[in-house]
Amino acid sequence: MRSAVEIAAAVRSGERTARSVAEEHLATIASREGEIHAFNHVTADAALAQADAVDAKVARGEDPGPLAGVPVALKDNLCTRGVPTTCSSRILDGWLPPYNATVVERVTAAGGVAVGKTNLDEFAMGSSTENSAFGPTLNPLDLSRVPGGSSGGSAAAVAARFAPLSLGSDTGGSIRQPASFCGVVGVKPTYGVVSRYGLIAFASSLDQIGPFAATVNDAALLLDVISGHDRMDSTSIAASPTALLNDGTDVAGLRVGLVTELTDVEGIDPEVRAAVERAASALEAQGAIVERISVPSCIYGLSAYYLIAPAEASSNLARYDGVRYGLRVDGDDVYEMNSATRDAGFGAEVKRRIMLGTYALSAGFYDAYYAQAQRVRTLIIRDFAAAYERFDVLLSPTTPTTAFKFGAKTEDPFSMYLSDICTIASNLAGHPAMSIPFGLGSDAMPIGVQVLAPALGESVMFRVARAIEAAGGVA
Amino acid sequence: MSSNEVQAEIQYETVIGLEVHVELATKTKLFCACANEFGSEPNTNICPVCLGLPGSLPVLNERVVDFALRIGEALNFTVPQRSIFHRKNYFYPDMPKDFQTSQYDEPICAEGWIEVDGERIGIERAHMEEDTGKSTHVGGGGRIHDADHSLVDYNRAGVPLMEIVSHPAMRSSEQARGYVSELRAVLLAIGVSDVKMEEGSMRVDANVSIRPVGTTQLGTKVEIKNMNSIRSLGRAIDYEVERQTIATNTGERIVQETRHWDESEGITHGMRSKEGSSDYRFFPEPDLAPVAPTDEMRAAARAAIPELPAALRERIVAEWQVAEHDARVLVANPALSDYAQESVAALASGSARDVVNWCTGELLAYGNETGSEPNSWALSPIALAELVGLVGDGAISRSQAKEVLAGCLAGEGAPSDVASARGLAQVSDEGALAAIIAGVLEANPDAVAEYRTGDEKAQKKKRGFLMGEAMKASKGQGNPALLNRLLDAGLA
Amino acid sequence: MAKQSNEQVSITRSDVEHVAMLARLALTPDEVGEFAEQLTAILGHATDISSLDLDGVPTTAHPLPVTNVLREDVIGPSLDRDEVLAAAPSAEEGRFRVPRIMGEA
Repeated sequence: MRSAVEIAAAVRSGERTARSVAEEHLATIASREGEIHAFNHVTADAALAQADAVDAKVARGEDPGPLAGVPVALKDNLCTRGVPTTCSSRILDGWLPPYNATVVERVTAAGGVAVGKTNLDEFAMGSSTENSAFGPTLNPLDLSRVPGGSSGGSAAAVAARFAPLSLGSDTGGSIRQPASFCGVVGVKPTYGVVSRYGLIAFASSLDQIGPFAATVNDAALLLDVISGHDRMDSTSIAASPTALLNDGTDVAGLRVGLVTELTDVEGIDPEVRAAVERAASALEAQGAIVERISVPSCIYGLSAYYLIAPAEASSNLARYDGVRYGLRVDGDDVYEMNSATRDAGFGAEVKRRIMLGTYALSAGFYDAYYAQAQRVRTLIIRDFAAAYERFDVLLSPTTPTTAFKFGAKTEDPFSMYLSDICTIASNLAGHPAMSIPFGLGSDAMPIGVQVLAPALGESVMFRVARAIEAAGGVA
Repeated sequence: MSSNEVQAEIQYETVIGLEVHVELATKTKLFCACANEFGSEPNTNICPVCLGLPGSLPVLNERVVDFALRIGEALNFTVPQRSIFHRKNYFYPDMPKDFQTSQYDEPICAEGWIEVDGERIGIERAHMEEDTGKSTHVGGGGRIHDADHSLVDYNRAGVPLMEIVSHPAMRSSEQARGYVSELRAVLLAIGVSDVKMEEGSMRVDANVSIRPVGTTQLGTKVEIKNMNSIRSLGRAIDYEVERQTIATNTGERIVQETRHWDESEGITHGMRSKEGSSDYRFFPEPDLAPVAPTDEMRAAARAAIPELPAALRERIVAEWQVAEHDARVLVANPALSDYAQESVAALASGSARDVVNWCTGELLAYGNETGSEPNSWALSPIALAELVGLVGDGAISRSQAKEVLAGCLAGEGAPSDVASARGLAQVSDEGALAAIIAGVLEANPDAVAEYRTGDEKAQKKKRGFLMGEAMKASKGQGNPALLNRLLDAGLA
Repeated sequence: MAKQSNEQVSITRSDVEHVAMLARLALTPDEVGEFAEQLTAILGHATDISSLDLDGVPTTAHPLPVTNVLREDVIGPSLDRDEVLAAAPSAEEGRFRVPRIMGEA
């Protein structure tokens, strides 16, 4: 199996057909999807048709695009025209969007071949895919363990080689955490670099779409395709980012800060901490300057996140009311119908967050909860700004532990929330961060190292990621 | 003395604040490219954004901001350096996202005023927000709560609105009506809305309370909705004040509530509500960037503002010598006042007052009857000036001019052509008219005799009769002033 | 300005019922009890920030420092009504059909 970069090159040169690539991946899906459940919906026919269109372009001598013939799995919270888009929720079961998300348009226009819609925690709320209304995704590396979440299906699809690339969304770590659990690369770009148009919103000021890939360079290839201004998204950044593909590995002289609040604290597995320290040493060996750095307000990230994200979600998810699309449970009047529909259509975690968010915004509590969380957000941004005066990038674990077993954290919601403790601060600040697999724990499960960079610092972040990837992570 | 009688002695004053929603006359909706159009087939102007489909995102219409800045300028508002949108969260089937994107504590316009009959009425704020869809209630006589079910059309969902909120600064229904008329005139003049109350492009809600004269604390306010004309606004306020006064005098407590104005019954009635208290959970809209009007944006809005109605009225009254009332009627219709101004500029003879009289009389009626705009009339402003000139020069009489006007509006040509084609001309030939008078006096010796011997009343009567006969004899074409003079001479 | 300064947050059943009404969730009595406990626990963790003195610290509603993101007032395509109504749970006469409306906007 080859990388996305290699597949695209082979298809572009005519060495391979996009159809053969698609058939090969669809065969892999057919062989293992039954046990992994990475997908809510596999679009085999459409994939073959898209592949044929790419081959036809190649045959005509036209440019088939940078993703020519590369299978891409799409998280099932990205709208796909005429293809079921469920957010793994009963409330959207059977809904066929009348439009495509901007990223879907861009992937297709670049020659990418969409192979299906991947499973997630319902409305991207969770860290294990156990909150999917359609059953969890299993970690391809160990079927007794979760793949992480919420983009667990997208991470598993890449790890199981169902597709060399996939797209996920990251609100508090939903790309990086499953990437870490499944041993793949996962990137959360700077807020605004990738258009959110057509991404079904969870928490609008935090959500960002990003790539999963087996290699750093493959992730760069996909991010190059999906990034760039979109006039349909008011929060899309106008400036076009630099091309990240093949953008170097030189880290000599770079200043790398190891964030103590995310690394040296209780709850971080010592094996995970050791892996991050080895990654730091590997960077040092390549000429980087590594020091420990304190970003004090990071410790408040989790609380701020669990007020801001549910608050925004409570509003974003109000529209699922049984009137225009999706599920309806009948009621005597509109109020009864709305309430019965939402009670039947949402799972426990979604309801919990809607309740939490509604409470945090309600009269008398707004200032103590929501506004206070937004002040904490300011503190976090200030602390990061101070850190980036001294450092080019920061380093931490992606998650406190390796992939946990099914059911390990379902009893206590807060223990599940702690899975996001290392990833949340980047979302609150709007900064890019990515997870790179670096070695294995004693449970033989992969460990992820997180590289954090300032806003629009993707270029330096990818360089450091490549250097870490090159070091291999072996103890 | 019972306490009721004591209370009955108390004099109350009325306190009114108005919330006016105005649909902005943009081509597209507030946050999407769907047509902002009244009267389309249901659910044909809808897209993922205004239908609130999952994944859709709003992008602000630049013309809405321009219109908001014009309103800021015209109503003497402070326009802050930054304003933001908030989400107002509540469930309602005609609101596709189940929240309304609106503005809250950082509106685009803060603290303005408008002058009404020489008095400044303070306006607290004006902000941008999206309109809702429209529900039709099926069964139960079309009444919302009695209906069997409702049908929702989202064409109006996302249409841009400005909500203009006055201070509780008005003290009578008359003043409230004056405020709305003036506001309406200003909004029309600056071209931001067609402000049609009957079509709902201007909606006025009134907050009404009463308090003992001499006190400063506000009484419990009642919000009245559903008035579809300025007249019904006045009636609704008067009714509500009376209701509150009677209630207070009989020891009843006024409850803060929303009441519906029933036009046919002429009363307000309270509305049932399932949701006890509303809690809108406002928070900053994360999908939209703040609006920070630049100097260029402010200058462009300022440049788009014509002479405002108050100034225009003042000028017309002073320069054209027309009555305040006529100026008000004219200026309330910007297209017509533009027309009148063009016509006055083209006058060779005749008075500006005559131009205004035609405009506010026959022409306004014609426009209303035909639903046409002045710029589509077959009578151009220059042609109206010509018509006024014909009357002023004595070439045709006023009553003939009406016929000429009708001919011109029917597309028969220029006023002089119409007049000659219809054989309409005023006879001002003194010799010919003197002969007519002589003939009339000779044919009516009794009347002449009665005039000469009668009292003042009889004289007036007989003179009128003789004048009528003379006019008849001239086939209605005699110059009335000349005929009058000649008749007086003949009778002397 | 600590609003909830280290006080133990306690969400009652009636708080939960009120919030469920606002959020249009028809919770079962069991769910009400469960949410009362869970929200109390989760908000209890949030006392670490609700007790911070952040007077004078501005709020950040949004990580992007952009302003005036505007589009031209030009009409674009609308969706096909039949396609849209086909996705509706109930439609009639070109409109979305809903049960009677008892509340007021």
